[in-house]
This record gives sequence, structure tokens and C-alpha cells, in this order.
Amino acid sequence: MTGTVQRVGQAIALVGVAALLGLFVWKVAFGNDTGAADELAAGKSVAAPAFTLDRLDRQGQLAIGDLRGKAVVVNFWASWCVPCRDEAPVLQQTYERYRGQGLVVLGIDVNDFKEDARRFMRRFGMTYPVVYDGKGSTVGKWGVRGFPETFFIDRSGRLVGERIEGAVDIERNRSTFERGIALALGDAP
Amino acid sequence: MTRLAALVAIAVMTMSVGAGAGLAAPNPADLEAELVCPTCKTTLDQSDAPVARRMKQIIRTRIAEGATEKQIKAELVAQFGPGVLAEPPKSGFDLVAWLVPLGLLAGGAVGVAAIVWGWSRRRPEAGVPAPVDPELERRLDDELDRFDE
Repeated sequence: MTGTVQRVGQAIALVGVAALLGLFVWKVAFGNDTGAADELAAGKSVAAPAFTLDRLDRQGQLAIGDLRGKAVVVNFWASWCVPCRDEAPVLQQTYERYRGQGLVVLGIDVNDFKEDARRFMRRFGMTYPVVYDGKGSTVGKWGVRGFPETFFIDRSGRLVGERIEGAVDIERNRSTFERGIALALGDAP
Repeated sequence: MTRLAALVAIAVMTMSVGAGAGLAAPNPADLEAELVCPTCKTTLDQSDAPVARRMKQIIRTRIAEGATEKQIKAELVAQFGPGVLAEPPKSGFDLVAWLVPLGLLAGGAVGVAAIVWGWSRRRPEAGVPAPVDPELERRLDDELDRFDE
């Protein structure tokens, strides 16, 4: 009887170890901790991670796939983020300047209160589309590390240029921003 | 009749006190310990992140407006998802988070009990002398006889 108990105990322990090992292998093989931003930085060709989210600027939802054929500037922001206030006018001006060429600025409001976000949009006169991601479901897939962050997507739906961490700023990263727009529009060599 | 009226009055007072206790305003400190900042993943009372500060402000505003703890939590879950709760809900799939540790504890207790039971069964067997090799016994007797001489 004692031998049977020991064998059952050993079997349970072995199953437990095998389950933990399986989880570890699965995590290593399929876990995606890096996000699209790191793949882009490594020089890989990366499709913009998909999402479908509720819109804040109007009723309904918007999927990133709906913008296929357009150049897109994707900006992750939140109303409580101070640098986001600094760049909001720059993004609105960019939208007004390039929309005739088929460029869309898309705001993704993350970890925020909807009403705070709408107040922010009114305050800065934002007219470009904004979607709401209160749960932060896009953050991991895109590899967002902080707010604000800006990405560029070309007309085929692939990420191009360099991701901008922090506010878009005339002195600090204006050339990176303008090159991203040119690549997204297909105007860059 | 007077006694009956007094009893009714006491019953009414007791019910009002009970109802009042049920509607007591939630304590903001308790709520802040039970809710998580969505950007830094620590409880609100441990966080000074901008979104955590805003959440604390909203909690106080809603308490002042008369919202219950349940309402405030539901509103925050609607905005930020169930991850904003420090403890997972005790329903649906989230129940797994409660049941798995309890199951592991129960399994561990059963395992320990089985091992202890096995040891307690083995102890009397250890007292039973193993059969001695007859050749060895004969040699031992010879040696003892020689010692006696």
C-alpha cells in the first residue's frame, strides 16, 4: 500500500513538473513580449498590429484595417499625460496639412476616462479620428512603453520609419516625424 | 397596549439603524487598496501615477455623490476592464484564480497526509527482525561458545 501511495505521489509530481515545463515552452515559443515596436527597431518588416476599438470622436467602431490604402500616423495618448498636451496642436496641424494627400492621424486614447478624453479633444480642437482603449489592449501588441508614442503606417498597412517616444517636438524629433510621414505617404526615397 | 407600541418603536428604530448601516458611504482608502492603477499595476494607494491620481479624485467625487462601493467599482471596470480590480471577481472564468490555489492547497494537504500515513504504516514493520541467515547464526553460536570457554 505504501508503495502505491509513493508511486501515485511521484506520478502527481511528474505531471506537475511536466505541466510547468509545457507552460515555459509555450511562453518561449508563442509569448510576444516585444511588440511591433521592437521588431520595427530591429529592421524587420512589420504589419501594423490589428485592433477594432470604439470611437471617441463619433459613434461606432474603427478597425486599423479600415484605413488600408491610406497613410496613417498613429498616436498613443491619454488626457492625464502632460506631454500629450504639447503635441496635440502639432498632430492637428499635420492632419489638416496632409489629409488631402490621403494621410490620417489616428489617436488611440489609452487607460483614460472617456469624458476626460473628450474634454481634452474639445480643448485642443482635435478633428481627427480617435479610438478608445481604456483597458490598454493595444499597448503590448504595439510595444508601447509610455505616453505619448507615435508610429507611421504606409498605404499597404506596414509600419515604417521610426517610432517616436515622447511628444512630437520641433527641436527634438521633427525630422524623424517628417520622414515618417514621407515614408507613410510613399514620398520618401 | 403601551408595551406593544414600545416594541414596535424599538423594531422600527432597529430597522432604520440596519438600513443606515447598509447605505454607509464607502471608505476611499479601502477602495484605493482594492483597485489597481492601469499603467503601473500597483494598487491606487501605492501609486502616484497621473492616472492613479485621477482615479482617486473620481472615487472621492463619486462617494460624495452617494455612489456605493459596488457602483464605483463597476464604473471603473467599465472604463479600464476587470484588470483594475486587485482581486479577481468570484464568478465566471475568474473563479479559476480562486479555485486553483485552493485546489493546490487541498492536493498538497492530501499528499502530506498520504506520506504521513505511509510512514506511520512502515514503522511497525521496521520492528520485525529480518530472518537471519542460518549459516551466519551457526557461526555466531560457535563464536559465542568459544568465548564462553
